[in-house]
Amino acid sequence: MRAVAHPWVTPCQIYQKIRAQARFGVLVLIALCLSVTNATVLAYEIESDTFFPAIEESHSAAESQRLEILSTGDIDQFKPIIDDFQIRNPSVAIRYVTASSTEVMRAIYDEQVVFDIAISSAMDLHTKLANDGYAQVYESAQTQVAPDFARWRNEVFTFTEEPAAFVVSKKAFEGLDIPTTRQALITILRKHAERFRGKIGTYDIRQSGLGYLFAGQDARNSDTYWRLTEVMGALGVKTYCCSSQMIQDVAEGDIAIAYNVLGSYAATRAEQDDSIQVVLPTDYTLLMQRSVLIPKTSVSPALAGSFIDHLLELAWQSEDESVYPFPRLSTEDPLLSESHVPIRLGPGLLVYLDKAKRSRFVREWEDSLLQK
Amino acid sequence: MRYLLVEDNLQLASAVADRLSLSGHAVDHASELATATAFVSTTDYDLILLDIMLPDGDGRSLLQHFRTVSDETPVIVLTARSEVSDRVSILDLGADDYIMKPFDFSELEARCRAVLRRRGGTAHNLVSMGKMQFDSMAGSLSVNGQAIVLRNKELRLLEILLGSPETLFSKARLVDRLFSYDEEVSENAIEVYVARLRKHLVNSGVSIETVRGLGYKLVPPNE
Amino acid sequence: MSLLACVATVALVLFVIVQSYASRLAEDSQDQILQASATSILDAISIRQGGLLVDIPYSALSMLGTLSDDRVFYRIQRGNETITGYDDLPVSTGGNRSKEGFEFQTINYRGDAVRAVTGSRDLTLNSERVVVFVTVGQTRNGHEEVLRSIVQNTLLLCLGFVTIASLIGYLAVQVSLMPLREFADAISRRGPHDLRRVTARAPTEMAPLVTSLNDLIDRLRFSLARTEDFLTEAAHRVRTPLATVRAEAEVALHRVEKDENRQSLRNMIRAIDQTSRAAGQLIDHAMVSYRTDSVELKPVDVSNLCEEVISRLAPVAELRDIVVNVTTQADCLVQGDAILLQNAVQNLLDNAIKYSPSGSVIDVVIAMDGQHVIVSVSDDGIGFSDTEAERLKQRFARGDNAKHIAGSGLGLTIVAEVVNSHGGELSLGRRNAFRGAKVIIRLPHISLCEESG
Repeated sequence: MRAVAHPWVTPCQIYQKIRAQARFGVLVLIALCLSVTNATVLAYEIESDTFFPAIEESHSAAESQRLEILSTGDIDQFKPIIDDFQIRNPSVAIRYVTASSTEVMRAIYDEQVVFDIAISSAMDLHTKLANDGYAQVYESAQTQVAPDFARWRNEVFTFTEEPAAFVVSKKAFEGLDIPTTRQALITILRKHAERFRGKIGTYDIRQSGLGYLFAGQDARNSDTYWRLTEVMGALGVKTYCCSSQMIQDVAEGDIAIAYNVLGSYAATRAEQDDSIQVVLPTDYTLLMQRSVLIPKTSVSPALAGSFIDHLLELAWQSEDESVYPFPRLSTEDPLLSESHVPIRLGPGLLVYLDKAKRSRFVREWEDSLLQK
Repeated sequence: MRYLLVEDNLQLASAVADRLSLSGHAVDHASELATATAFVSTTDYDLILLDIMLPDGDGRSLLQHFRTVSDETPVIVLTARSEVSDRVSILDLGADDYIMKPFDFSELEARCRAVLRRRGGTAHNLVSMGKMQFDSMAGSLSVNGQAIVLRNKELRLLEILLGSPETLFSKARLVDRLFSYDEEVSENAIEVYVARLRKHLVNSGVSIETVRGLGYKLVPPNE
Repeated sequence: MSLLACVATVALVLFVIVQSYASRLAEDSQDQILQASATSILDAISIRQGGLLVDIPYSALSMLGTLSDDRVFYRIQRGNETITGYDDLPVSTGGNRSKEGFEFQTINYRGDAVRAVTGSRDLTLNSERVVVFVTVGQTRNGHEEVLRSIVQNTLLLCLGFVTIASLIGYLAVQVSLMPLREFADAISRRGPHDLRRVTARAPTEMAPLVTSLNDLIDRLRFSLARTEDFLTEAAHRVRTPLATVRAEAEVALHRVEKDENRQSLRNMIRAIDQTSRAAGQLIDHAMVSYRTDSVELKPVDVSNLCEEVISRLAPVAELRDIVVNVTTQADCLVQGDAILLQNAVQNLLDNAIKYSPSGSVIDVVIAMDGQHVIVSVSDDGIGFSDTEAERLKQRFARGDNAKHIAGSGLGLTIVAEVVNSHGGELSLGRRNAFRGAKVIIRLPHISLCEESG
């Protein structure tokens, strides 16, 4: 794990967290703070843990509410959303824990840790959670307003639509046409093999749920994927756990191009950093949807529901750019826009999660990309 | 008077013709429409007695024909039809009167007279005898220029006697002519009417003589 | 109400049929997709490098998501050993078997009713026969959802059907009754003698009715015409020979001299008169009865009518030196049938003339009495006693004291019937304390204003 961020935590917050966790029986922070190593407790790994105390301190226990969120989303992205939620619900305290999508899956699926909300960029994993009975049904006026493709079984809801993009270093491609298709990328890599050797990054699909999702969908969509992985593999590709790190490395010039980066992160970075460019491939661009569900273990499903309402409202109704950090989507089906290939919720996503299929896929990926 | 009788029943026709001749009228008989039309076109009749149901057509068509060619000859329809509406339609078609079969001859004569009278008495109806003038149509009698009002039976009696002067009429015959058959009349009633007539005819020169045991006859003045 | 019950029954039957059909259809369609899914997985199993390669096609599971958001489970086994999928998913055996050899059953799995299908395929691996089983299951929420929505929609449909059908039925009855009413009005507005065929616009459903009505009218017209013809013919047949016999008898009377012969001829003539009068009145009575049944009322001036009748009877009265005095009054209007009233007045006067002694006077007075028009006929005849007055109005009754006068006794019956049919009254009385008859007809008066209004 390369990027585990531990935000600075105030003693007060620690105290509250201790109290909360004692109450809920989730001892992650206690484990961390008190250095109690317990394999079962620490079976899933987190990246960060942030506590947002209630704006209005409630004196009665009955009124004080607490929402525990397990998410793959960076705290920076979600902070405005959480703040906005707390403004509307001032008596709610929120704990926001981040983990990779595979760890989120493990926490909910294998260990059934108590969380009220699970947010993941790997919509296939969330689909599996719901399919296998680890999610609660939630229905409200707001969920009815969300487009059909944004909900499955009234258990999984999606609230973003984010492209898988190339992120290139302008400097690295100086004098070259920046490739806009996979075929163009293959051609340019082959042609300038030495220039790009060791300068290509992509997800490690074994670590990243989102990376695996993108890879599977790539493989499903086009034959060029396997040729691209072979080309990348031949040039000594670097594999990453997360988009942010890949973008960081492109920006810093460590690599020239990152393949299948989460476009929303990249776009945010590109706004500030002129050295990188985000390319949405014109042959096809996969669109991932960030998804949210209420785990079966949730002890405050009603509150969790109102948080989902909040997300859905921001995503599909609100125009407020300051709170919603993701690309603004229209409720119209983006399938209509030429090269976009949205990944849709549904049982089809379970196919790549099949044990046999996954192991074979990973083996093939390793064979072609890592060329062991 | 000249009558045309249009009637297909020959027995009835001859009986009617006999009876009318008895009253001194000339009667032509036609038993078909065609014959009747032919007669009408060649002879002027004073009155037409017309049966409705004829072998070659409906008598009403002849009636209609008369009226359309402005033939003003009075027509009395002899009908066996009973419906009131039929009778009305007969009058509407221009018949002057109608009489239902079977009919009383005296009623027929009365109707004929009434029709002729309505149509305006003609000059030849006026009979002058001695100082007496008698208009049978108008039913008026004047003696020495003085008008005398006659009752119907007296008038009828005078008419009968005047029709055949010097002819002997038995009382019984006169009763038959004067009274209808449903009246129970004794022959003595004739004596009453004769007596009245004689009174009216005093000074006229005309007399009614009694033939004892046989009847009466009218005797014109000796000139 | 019976319409509503009928509609409701139809709706209920419709509901049951649609629901059971939809339920089967929904299950069938789920089974078909499950089978297709299992088939595509079975097809994707291959022998590769001496091993079994199980590569679930994307569409195998995605197709299950096309109809509903149902949970999907699968299990792939080599014999009893689970290769991949949900290893606790029960294999379908002994359930419904499709003709392709797939077995279906509904099981309970992970807290949900799951429809599951199991199919198998024989493979040869290292010259050994291997049986691969694929089980695909799907929860039935969609199925239930479909069912629920079908039930709901069917229920709505049926309710709507009942409502709309009732409404349409009601309107249709109203609308279809409207031409029927117009049609009935058109017919009832007709006069009693209007026997034209019906041509009024009628709804097409009523065409058979109109046709049979017209047939009826035709037959009625035909039979009426035949009745009239028959009456006319009968009158003709009876009267013409009577007239002949009578005329001959009369002629004979002139030729016969013997008193007893003359008397018998007179009797004969009298019998003939009585017979013909009876026949005439019978026919008249039949006509009057027919006409009063279907009397067509129009304003009739009774004064004019009486004057006409009197003038026609004048020659007959004259014959007997009977004077008929008439006193009339203007505007003696009644709503009536002129022909019938004429017949009645004529009968009255016929009687009066017949029963009056020669040389007597008959007074006819037409006058208003309050809201009635009165026609009174007074004669010096034998008159009626109080007791026989009522009886006289009955058919064939004749006054005890009039046996010698030819008459059928129908005369007053005809008068009474005509007067009754005009809403009037007939009263029989005496002219004065000593002699004579006085017959009074009272008919409801109408003014022309009322008539036009």
